[in-house]
Amino acid sequence: MSQPFTISLDSLQPVGFDAMKQAATSGGCSSSSCGSSAKPEDMDESTWERIKDHPCYSEEAHHYFARMHVAVAPACNIQCNYCNRKYDCANESRPGVVSEKLTPDEAKRKVIAVANEVPQLSVLGIAGPGDACYDWKKTQTTFSEISREIPDINLCISTNGLALPDHVDELAEMNVDHVTITINMVDPEIGAKIYPWIFFRHKRWTGVEAAKILHERQMLGLEMLTARGILTKINSVMIPGVNDEHLIEVNRWVKERGAFLHNVMPLISDPAHGTHYGLTGQRGPTAMELKALQDKLEGGAKLMRHCRQCRADAVGLLGEDRGQEFTLDQLPESMVYDPSKREAYREIVAEERGDHVRAKEKAIAAVKENSADGHSILVAVATKGGGRINGHFGHASEFQVYEASAKGVEFVGHRKIDAYCMGGFGEDATLDATIAALEGVTHVLCSKVGDCPRDMLMAAGIEATDAYAYEYAETAISALYAEATADKDEAKAAA
Amino acid sequence: MAYKIIASQCTACGACEFECPTAAIKFKNDTYIIDAKVCTECEGHFDTPQCNSVCPVPKTCVKA
Repeated sequence: MSQPFTISLDSLQPVGFDAMKQAATSGGCSSSSCGSSAKPEDMDESTWERIKDHPCYSEEAHHYFARMHVAVAPACNIQCNYCNRKYDCANESRPGVVSEKLTPDEAKRKVIAVANEVPQLSVLGIAGPGDACYDWKKTQTTFSEISREIPDINLCISTNGLALPDHVDELAEMNVDHVTITINMVDPEIGAKIYPWIFFRHKRWTGVEAAKILHERQMLGLEMLTARGILTKINSVMIPGVNDEHLIEVNRWVKERGAFLHNVMPLISDPAHGTHYGLTGQRGPTAMELKALQDKLEGGAKLMRHCRQCRADAVGLLGEDRGQEFTLDQLPESMVYDPSKREAYREIVAEERGDHVRAKEKAIAAVKENSADGHSILVAVATKGGGRINGHFGHASEFQVYEASAKGVEFVGHRKIDAYCMGGFGEDATLDATIAALEGVTHVLCSKVGDCPRDMLMAAGIEATDAYAYEYAETAISALYAEATADKDEAKAAA
Repeated sequence: MAYKIIASQCTACGACEFECPTAAIKFKNDTYIIDAKVCTECEGHFDTPQCNSVCPVPKTCVKA
């Protein structure tokens, strides 16, 4: 490998690998003996086993585990108005975009290289850049080759659903346990505004007729997966004025058919991408519009709120992309899988997670106790992983957003930004964009923040602090929430 | 009687290759090429030429 890698085990804590291990096992209370589990109360043990290491299916897991997508399936059988796979930029993160397409053999080399270097790797996904079920032979060859080499890797695919019913049995045979279907509508009239055409049974279909076929195939595919016990995630692109309110109906339909998760994502639209929506000025939703819709959907099919809309060749934790470290020209011709780093990391995470769960429970209980007046705050956290406040304000390319309210502390989304600090000097224009991206947020927590950006944020009504550096996000937010409650009580007493 | 691919517009997704009923399409030198001697424009197989029907880029798979 031509460049050195740093394993970000240290991103979990400021201290090193050994000290952390010691801390986690000292005090006679290891996570296993205390019985604390990150498992949500309303979930059965076997389902939790299947998602606890999958960063997309478990919000809790996404602080610890990484996925990689291999771009082996470039062919697609539908055209979506938000997609243009011709456009490619290495710095761009959105579905359907890749820097290099891979053959199944090349994909195998890349996966082994990543598994040897990225200990967090737990999931191998095929998300196109076309459609994994339509470009089936390549998907199938890739999965069977790689699962032979790395038997414990989770296999996962993403599809538009049109060709899905033809391959459900083969997916089950290959132990593909997680399938994502992109479903943007259950009403073909709305579908006709999203899909200009589909290719099905050797024919190109257009308009409402095309959307009707797609809809029927999506529902059939979902029902077939549910019948076989395969976990499904439904991705929906929120397109203001086209399907935003309609997604409430979509949520109801997919819940009835056994979907495990519903992931509502904002439309990404820019004329420079050359998509139909980009070129015709269709806008995407704001972060607060997205949150409002997601809040409306609570109580239906369980929501995924931590999606980063990653590329079809993304590598790493959600929110980071290390794909550029593993391009084909950097990989040796032959590779041997070495499981040692992944195994060591799993041991540490098992312990760290128990500790995190206990801290989280305590923090949530404290917030509930302080929430008598029902107020809520939105807090943005800069993190490099592990659920801790361990990112510099100036280096952050995104903030994770938590809401503290009478319901406790919940992860509610993320805000993408351009890093403020590029090579040592910050730029005012970027900070303005960051402030705009933090709409609705009252506090920013990070491991370090400069005086200048802190003052400018304060002027915009956002309090940025490094006082909680390296703590768990929930613990710090609980302390902030208690402060806010105390301030209010004081104000009340003074009045 | 054959189709051809405008290489400068092709995204090389390869959908045409596996839809072609006569295996007339091959990947050569970073692009897909239709062998005019083998292409039948899908006559006798399908109502419309498959390569053109599945191609994601307009006017890229066209009559030679």
